[in-house]
Amino acid sequence: MRIAVLAVQGAFIEHERILRELGAECVELRQGSDLSGSFDGIVLPGGESTVQGKLLRELGMFEDLKRRILDGTPVLGTCAGLILLAGSLENSPERYFATMPILVRRNAYGRQLGSFSAEARIRGVRNEEEPFPLEFIRAPYIVSADGAASPIAVIGKMPDGSEGENVVGVRYENQLGFAFHPELTKDVRCHEMFLAMCRGT
Amino acid sequence: MSTESRWELNKELAQMLKGGVIMDVTTPEQAKIAEAAGACAVMALERIPADIRAAGGVSRMSDPKMIKGIQEAVSIPVMAKCRIGHFAEAQILEAIEIDYIDESEVLSPADDVYHIDKTQFKVPFVCGAKDLGEALRRISEGASMIRTKGEPGTGDVVQAVRHMRKMNSEIARVASMREDELFEAAKELRVPYDLIRYVHKEKKLPVVNFAAGGVATPADAALMMQLGAEGVFVGSGIFKSGNPSKRANAIVKAVANYTDAKLIAELSEDLGEAMVGINEQEIELLMAERGK
Repeated sequence: MRIAVLAVQGAFIEHERILRELGAECVELRQGSDLSGSFDGIVLPGGESTVQGKLLRELGMFEDLKRRILDGTPVLGTCAGLILLAGSLENSPERYFATMPILVRRNAYGRQLGSFSAEARIRGVRNEEEPFPLEFIRAPYIVSADGAASPIAVIGKMPDGSEGENVVGVRYENQLGFAFHPELTKDVRCHEMFLAMCRGT
Repeated sequence: MSTESRWELNKELAQMLKGGVIMDVTTPEQAKIAEAAGACAVMALERIPADIRAAGGVSRMSDPKMIKGIQEAVSIPVMAKCRIGHFAEAQILEAIEIDYIDESEVLSPADDVYHIDKTQFKVPFVCGAKDLGEALRRISEGASMIRTKGEPGTGDVVQAVRHMRKMNSEIARVASMREDELFEAAKELRVPYDLIRYVHKEKKLPVVNFAAGGVATPADAALMMQLGAEGVFVGSGIFKSGNPSKRANAIVKAVANYTDAKLIAELSEDLGEAMVGINEQEIELLMAERGK
């Protein structure tokens, strides 16, 4: 199993560590020539989406990766990665891959003082009933999702602090998007689920 | 929320900045240029280190209004500097919801004995360090990110290199010790034993470590990354150069591809004039000697 991890900026090493622990081989995508090989899945890590989006285009990876996602290669996007996948952004004219039919608001919880931890069950992982630790760092918020994009993780706190159903994880066909950072925790179940998608099981 | 989990969240923001370039900016316009060039964060300050050095006198925290202007101009994290030990300046920066405070030797120290007790703050702190002892002392005070001190405002990378190499060799030394030698190492480095144990076991600092102080070219940035920096601060190097936007773009790409010499060669072409450097022998004020 070979997984390509976008490695132009952000917390890509954290993803690689977990993927390797689970027996996958990782290739780092830093420029167009890194896309020559074949791989079974793509990881878009946390970081700054403005930087990643810009470098994806300027280092010659954008079109190729977008085509692979549309052709069905499984992709996991966390935080900035979710923003790269989002069909549209509420507070920015920018759009990146736009392969997932969701509307996303960047930095929805404000500045770093608004970063927080939570817990939620994630649908489709091993031991589903066991809550998963969620880290939200200057996190995006999924404002709305098309019916075909199914919510798989929900917390009870909205960006304005009120109570409500806040979808923080979405699965849409071959794409998995999280507003939080599974790569920052010791719990590897989100990555297990992603590798199962890559195996086609 | 507990102090411990706040520190984790703050340490994690630094993890998100890795592989990126944090740029010094003095105006909203510069901040926009930096963001468009691919900065992963900006450092808002009234005068860049080269100008602080040239102007002399006491250098303090920037005007909050100026910082707010920069916060409004960009969507990436905004950092700002306070003086070493000046916890009231830090309180002000926290009140305006800065994303990261740099308790910085670039400004005139406000306290020649004590650093800020950073565990009392919710907002994260980055601090400079020349060696492992300084780094671990700052971490025990609550810093959630470290950078080399280098020598700010000089465009001379020699001190950043020296500090990064020193840090690495001391980490390697601690990692190779017998467990019963760690107590003595903690005493010698004047740091808490549990942090020495962490370094011994993990062979790295417990927080992210960036390079700073004297980085002026894509090659400088690649050098620091190859020496083990997890990202780069560029202060005077960008907006003191002939073509800030082009240079900023080039440094960002060089950090993302720091081992690809062919690409960095292309990036280094036609960048215009680099900042005029000052050699370390020519400077009278060694900022790196502030706050140990």
